[in-house]
Amino acid sequence: MQALGIDVLFKGTNLFRLLQGLWVSIEISLISVVISIVLGLIVGILMTIDRPFLRIILKIYLEVVRIMPQMVLLFIVYFGTTRVFGWDLSAEFSAIFVFSFWGTAEMGDLVRGAIKTIPKIQFESSLALGFNTVQTFVVIIIPQTIRRLIPLAINLITRMIKTTSLVMMIGNVEVLKVAQQIIEANRNTSPNAAFGVFAFVFFLYFIICWPISRLSIYLEKRWA
Amino acid sequence: MDKDVIISYIPHFKEALFLTLKIGWLGILLSLIIGLVGASLLHFKVKFLQKIVGIYIEIFRNTPLLIQLFFIYFALPKVGIQITAEKCGVLGLGLLGGAYMIETFRSGLEAVTTIQTESALSLGFSKAKTFRYIILPQALSMSIPGLVANIIFLLKETSVFSTISLMDLMFTAKDLIGMYAKTTENLFLLVVFYLIMLIPVSIIGAIVERKVRYAGFGD
Repeated sequence: MQALGIDVLFKGTNLFRLLQGLWVSIEISLISVVISIVLGLIVGILMTIDRPFLRIILKIYLEVVRIMPQMVLLFIVYFGTTRVFGWDLSAEFSAIFVFSFWGTAEMGDLVRGAIKTIPKIQFESSLALGFNTVQTFVVIIIPQTIRRLIPLAINLITRMIKTTSLVMMIGNVEVLKVAQQIIEANRNTSPNAAFGVFAFVFFLYFIICWPISRLSIYLEKRWA
Repeated sequence: MDKDVIISYIPHFKEALFLTLKIGWLGILLSLIIGLVGASLLHFKVKFLQKIVGIYIEIFRNTPLLIQLFFIYFALPKVGIQITAEKCGVLGLGLLGGAYMIETFRSGLEAVTTIQTESALSLGFSKAKTFRYIILPQALSMSIPGLVANIIFLLKETSVFSTISLMDLMFTAKDLIGMYAKTTENLFLLVVFYLIMLIPVSIIGAIVERKVRYAGFGD
């Protein structure tokens, strides 16, 4: 155990600190997911509406998110905009902003795909019955897409949690940063701490993401 | 933004682009090999190996690349496995990508109807030849959209390499910002170079996707 540096985990409050760091990651991803789902629904609906100008704007937005690495977006918001506009952003706010920006596009695309599968007759019937466009979407179309969307939204949570590991790069103290601190602090007493601590962090991410992604697959199969 | 500063930084970014591309493509190549082998193992339901492939997919799909790289680069040397940053990048990207590629290829293989196999066998193809000449080409062309998405995803993920001090685009930008504090210029170049790297892939992907749509024949 000593050789693999696993003992370091149980020294002092190390384990607690790691879990606390993990909570920071989870908190950021949960907030971002909630924002992404709400905004994603709106963006997804807007994408199915036939307005050329709107369509071009949303297309550009989607492509930007698809092509730019999240890390670059993080840097632009955290270092770039603060420099250009002179405001002060916390690392946590920047992270939530970037992940919501990314998640909204992802979710929007999923919503668009789900709406596309609803037969056109549903729209026409609902309009013929006197519902207006907003009511048609809220009361008729979206409820029909929910079963298809929930597994995909759950899957988005795991992707979000995995992506939050990047916030370390803009100085947010989350699980990976804590892991590094612990390794540095114990460099002399247990030089092999890197193995035990990183293995534990690896395990932590897996143990959180795995059940969620299984749930998503299960629901997808069950409701398909 | 200062034009002269931008021009003077371009060589640094060009160098970083080549390194990113080199590691990126090697990693993608590795992931394609892993993907093909893994998907074939799953397709033929090879005992035991099939289980290992399943576990491998779950592990690598459910952890971030950043942690995988940290584990390979910082933790493995402690148990005597030491590799250079470049090899670590290729290996990390290949292993992560492999898990995604297997899924893509497998869904392609699953999409080929069983009647294709049966017809080929009844026409006298051997099992191996059926797979090589009948099933695989159809499966590959059906997995092209997923493949393109995976390749773009993996090239984007290369930005994580900067954490194990590989001099990729991200690292260069961070380094130059740290030295000369020209934040806006560097971020501008960073975005431009990522666009240079990824837009062609995206366009070529769309063209290839259109070209190989012969798999649907007979539907």
